[in-house]
Amino acid sequence: MTATATTPRTGRPGQEPLLSVRDLRVTFRRQGEEPFTAVDGVSFDVRPGQTVGLVGESGCGKSVTSLAIMGLLPARGNTVEGTATYDGTDLLGLPPDQMRDRRGRDIAMIFQDPLSSLNPVIPIGLQVTEVLERHRGMRRRAARPLARDLLDRVGIPDPDRRLTDYPHQLSGGMRQRALIAMALACEPRLLIADEPTTALDVTIQAQILRLLKELVEETGTALVMITHDLGVVAGLCDEVNVLYGGRIVERGERHELFAAPRHPYTSGLLASIPRLDGARGAPLTPIPGSVADNLPWESACAFAPRCSQPVQRCTAETPRLEESAGRALRCFNPVEVTR
Amino acid sequence: MSLPTPANRRKERVDALAATAATGPGGALLEAGSVDEKPGVSLIASAWRRLRRDPVFLLGAAITLVFVVLALVSPLIAPHDPGANLLIDKVRPQTNPVPGPEPGFPLGADDVGRDLLSRLLVGSQQTLVVGVFATLFGLTGGLTLGILAGAFGGWVDSLVMRVVDVLLSIPSLLLAFSIAAIASRPSQLTVIIAVAAVQVPVFARLLRGSMLAQRHSDHVLAARALGVTRRAVVFRHMVPNSLAPVIVQSTLVLAVSIIDAAALSFLGLGNPNDRQPEWGQMLGRAQTYIYDSPHLAVYPALCIIVVALGFTLMGESLREALDPKSRR
Ligand SMILES: Nc1ncnc2c1ncn2[C@@H]1O[C@H](COP(=O)(O)OP(=O)(O)OP(=O)(O)O)[C@@H](O)[C@H]1O
Ligand SMILES: [Mg+2]
Repeated sequence: MTATATTPRTGRPGQEPLLSVRDLRVTFRRQGEEPFTAVDGVSFDVRPGQTVGLVGESGCGKSVTSLAIMGLLPARGNTVEGTATYDGTDLLGLPPDQMRDRRGRDIAMIFQDPLSSLNPVIPIGLQVTEVLERHRGMRRRAARPLARDLLDRVGIPDPDRRLTDYPHQLSGGMRQRALIAMALACEPRLLIADEPTTALDVTIQAQILRLLKELVEETGTALVMITHDLGVVAGLCDEVNVLYGGRIVERGERHELFAAPRHPYTSGLLASIPRLDGARGAPLTPIPGSVADNLPWESACAFAPRCSQPVQRCTAETPRLEESAGRALRCFNPVEVTR
Repeated sequence: MSLPTPANRRKERVDALAATAATGPGGALLEAGSVDEKPGVSLIASAWRRLRRDPVFLLGAAITLVFVVLALVSPLIAPHDPGANLLIDKVRPQTNPVPGPEPGFPLGADDVGRDLLSRLLVGSQQTLVVGVFATLFGLTGGLTLGILAGAFGGWVDSLVMRVVDVLLSIPSLLLAFSIAAIASRPSQLTVIIAVAAVQVPVFARLLRGSMLAQRHSDHVLAARALGVTRRAVVFRHMVPNSLAPVIVQSTLVLAVSIIDAAALSFLGLGNPNDRQPEWGQMLGRAQTYIYDSPHLAVYPALCIIVVALGFTLMGESLREALDPKSRR
């Protein structure tokens, strides 16, 4: 995937954020186990029309962040702290039934595995009309042509026939398109996509990403794009948040971040993906170690054991997220900028 | 629920490609490479295709079919009235208590001169009625409890499951006997209730288990992410996807119900009106003459065994066909 240069669609500077997450902290507690903080003080903003990426390795807390915002974490066994302000309302403080009214109407989400995310015993059409019935108070009959148009709009060929098809009768790409249709049925102003292309093969991935991009551009929907694939980020996101061990370690505008990563983790991630322009036979260098080596954030930088350039402070002190000029960085010894 | 086997899937993909190719180049070809199945083939249909070639299923289904048809038409084809003491004159309590075969009575008569063949034939009716209704009642009770537990979780779940555990810890026949024995006037209905009560915890546990698995499934999460109401999540997304094992279980439960009902009648806890023949009751009566006339016991016993076997074979192969894990 190449980073095609498009003009950033970031909302006008100073425009109010649509979603503003502050100090989000999710702690899982299981009996007889140490509490585990999966998301540890995450803050970010999403403006109308903007696409914000949440990037990081498996287990860094991307899905937990999105589920917490959506109010979809299990009812028991966890505590969610912080705020997620959507259009002036803190979603995390809403009673469950009010949050349920907003899900699918104001905020929608699409998931990684399109086959298992669809109900196998209900035809696609009914699954789309179900959303319209729920939030628009439409009758099934009246919702049907709309469902058909939605399927058409997300590029499902022969939508009339597909309405009566069951999920297993669609291809993987079509299933994800159907899920996107369901998510966009009520024209939510915010869409959260949790690795929407990971389960698809490469050519389909590109199609789905293009579709998402078009839809978001057409409708001005704000998009939170969760992925571990920097290629996806490069093609889609305006702003990127890099997560490590439940905390944001670096944030920046896409081009700046790609051109001049400051955190050793970000630069390691960039070095570990194959690049089409990586001529000169530059070797791919994976980041050594695994998340199992993490140090606790309370007393150190969690990434220090895997870092390419640690200094003594890294294992003795918690680095803070320092913000300056649209970028944020949590590092004692950042990568030198070589332009 | 049921995913296609790799081999089938491969075959169907070829079919699908052929189908799309036949319609000519168009949008449908766009993603045809990853189309899994021929359009119009549902999950049930793919299970059916497998079952059609399964000899175990076919045998079970054949037995079941014959049994059901016999039960329905038995009053019409039975040579005699099963309650009439037609050969009572031939009964000699001292020398010949059980009249043997004679013209018009191919299997002979019982100890009060009633035609054995007619009684066996008409007995299938009772067995079918008791089996079906006991299973239906058990299913209804079990589904209600299972849905309650699976939908609400938490303390509702704990409470329901404790009750279910207690019921399951009592040997099933003992439970059925106790319930049947409580009834002041035993009848067909008390037998049905007693047998159904034994099945309630079985169904409840089964449904609750698959409901819990559904609770954490991706499609339920996706439905919740769309704001679908709790009721719709339970009844449109969880329950329908939890039913396959329950349906399979019902066929197996039919077999158990038939045996349990026979056991109750055998022990005299069944319908006291013996003008309406019932296999378990016939078996009970035959005990007295077991040495001199074993056939009186053998025929009803065979009927019970064969019918129960039919349902069991059918249920087991259904289970295999619908269970993705047991696919070759
Ligand atoms: N319900 C839960 N109970 C306990 N721990 C959980 C629960 N859900 C997630 N976690 C833990 O939280 C951490 C973050 O999980 P999360 O699913 O957010 O990772 P992720 O960044 O989405 O990774 P992936 O790329 O694999 O999807 C993991 O260590 C996981 O084990
Ligand atoms: Mg995830």
